[in-house]
Amino acid sequence: MTDVLTRRQLLHRAAAGGTVLTLPGLLAACGGSTKESGSGSTSSHKLAKTLRFSNWTLYIDTNNKTHSHPSLQQFQQKYGTTVDYTEDINDNAGYFGKIQGPLSRGQSIGRDIIVLTDNDRYLSLMIKKGWTEKLDKSAIPNMKNLLGVQQHPGFDPNRDYSLPWQSGMTGIAYNDKLTDPILSVDDLLSNPKLKGKVTVLNSMGDALSLVMLSNGDDPAKVTDQSFNNAIKRIEAAVHSKQIRQFTGNDYAPPLAKGDLAAAMSWSGDIAQIGNPHIHWNVPKDGGALWTDNMIIPKGGDVYTASVFMNYVYDPKVAAEIEGGNPKTGDTGVYYISPVSGARQELLKVNPAIAKNTLIFPTKKMLSTVHLFDNNALNNEKYLTAWQNLISG
Amino acid sequence: MGYLHRHRQLTPYLLLAPGVLWLAVFFLVPLGFLAYQSLQSGNIDFGYAFTWAWGNYWNAIRDYRGHFIRSLEYAGIATLLALVLSYPVAYWIAFRGGRWKNLLLLLIVAPFFVTYLIRTLAWETILSDHGVVVNTLQHLHILAPGGRVLATSTAVVTGITYNFLPFMALPLYVSLEQIDHTLIEAAQDLYASKWKAFLRVTLPLSLPGLVAGTLLTMSSSRSSWS
Repeated sequence: MTDVLTRRQLLHRAAAGGTVLTLPGLLAACGGSTKESGSGSTSSHKLAKTLRFSNWTLYIDTNNKTHSHPSLQQFQQKYGTTVDYTEDINDNAGYFGKIQGPLSRGQSIGRDIIVLTDNDRYLSLMIKKGWTEKLDKSAIPNMKNLLGVQQHPGFDPNRDYSLPWQSGMTGIAYNDKLTDPILSVDDLLSNPKLKGKVTVLNSMGDALSLVMLSNGDDPAKVTDQSFNNAIKRIEAAVHSKQIRQFTGNDYAPPLAKGDLAAAMSWSGDIAQIGNPHIHWNVPKDGGALWTDNMIIPKGGDVYTASVFMNYVYDPKVAAEIEGGNPKTGDTGVYYISPVSGARQELLKVNPAIAKNTLIFPTKKMLSTVHLFDNNALNNEKYLTAWQNLISG
Repeated sequence: MGYLHRHRQLTPYLLLAPGVLWLAVFFLVPLGFLAYQSLQSGNIDFGYAFTWAWGNYWNAIRDYRGHFIRSLEYAGIATLLALVLSYPVAYWIAFRGGRWKNLLLLLIVAPFFVTYLIRTLAWETILSDHGVVVNTLQHLHILAPGGRVLATSTAVVTGITYNFLPFMALPLYVSLEQIDHTLIEAAQDLYASKWKAFLRVTLPLSLPGLVAGTLLTMSSSRSSWS
């Protein structure tokens, strides 16, 4: 679990410090590019022997005893293709830094599928720069199971290049031993009873989404004015000592321990903690939604990757990845599956998880979560202002 | 051997070569690379190019001046605290430690056998809002009722001091240990008070350790807080 914590934390830390990320990238570029790999884009309808899949740590179903990944083993049995599964993505910026060297020189990075997040700038950048292969939709009939809200994102309006792997919501968690329910950003930032017992996320997109919604602004269309208003509001809460700290997901231990009464937080973390005293909710004025997307980097095997995507969009497989299986001792991901029908399948296997609204949010919850403006994520002025605020 | 024998003046350079080469490859090259990158301009969408962009430095200072100053401030306080805390300890071990010297030194270094991260996490538990320390401090009215230790500047500075204390204590010990006791006795024979002997003899003779310790502590703590 700590690994998942690290992953989100790193993601947001790295996203903030734009300059740090070029060095590892260049070092990686110098350190020998990838060996001979899938020769350019292949659109032949023949499965490769291995599928090379890079993902974030602890982000797939895992057997507690053998540490193997049942969904991947079943894929191999069914299709005869071995999945070379690597958990080497810790943050968007860092991973992008690693792969941008070879990709910019037109070299393959030796991967068929990688996973990047939409509330950071790099996913849309990959698509914009033409560093992703087009999906072979004829091999992905299960794409029909993609949730409606996910079908037309701004960075890839027709889902030609990307498919969601998992999503998560950003909202407010509170410990009911220490406080009454905290259901709004207003309460979080100005309830005097919470003074010094509150943390705010250090990820710009997440934090500003929530505050902008509370200000009555639209986080999907950030303007200088709405940005400044949100910054001022958070600044005031820092000065009044309401906010104890800005955090990645390191809010989880102190929240469980009782040092924090409430925290801006991610749904999946709270689902994983599983503490009955810690409640999570979408704030009254709305929360944020982010999604990690599978893409095929240039040079990847399009057909094999597409067949794999089709496989994980089978509701049964999606249910296994999401919720695991208590009978066989598999733990799932506990974030949010983009596959409709996964819940019905999971109800048969692991009803407790299937009924958890942090993992399978209700329609009402999903209607109150928003995406953050992608342009704002690329605005250096905003990034610097944000960085100064959270480290001030 | 014959060649070396004839060119004896080369020996020191040959002995130096491995170290110099090591530094060149693992220190100078990356440093040069960083310097090169720091003078590039551009953006992530279109890439970066080398343009002698000295303005980057100005921008860094303009945007993050507060952070630079705070780093110096925290490191300065931490170094001073480490000095004040470790001088008496090093002094005592060097002059009064007797046969326990080695054990006592080991005790100073002992925390270093556990990694920095684990030690810091341990302190987080000890100093948590509902922990013994905070409760006691609140009881003694040193902390206000809702007060806390974690996530404050005080916690950061004391944490840094704790983590780098051995960097100060060990060099101090080494230079204090080397002081010739007869010099102090001589000073006292010449009617110097104990305090004066310390100021005139012990302190100046321990200066090399003091300087080394200060440099070590200052530079490590300077870079551990940003």
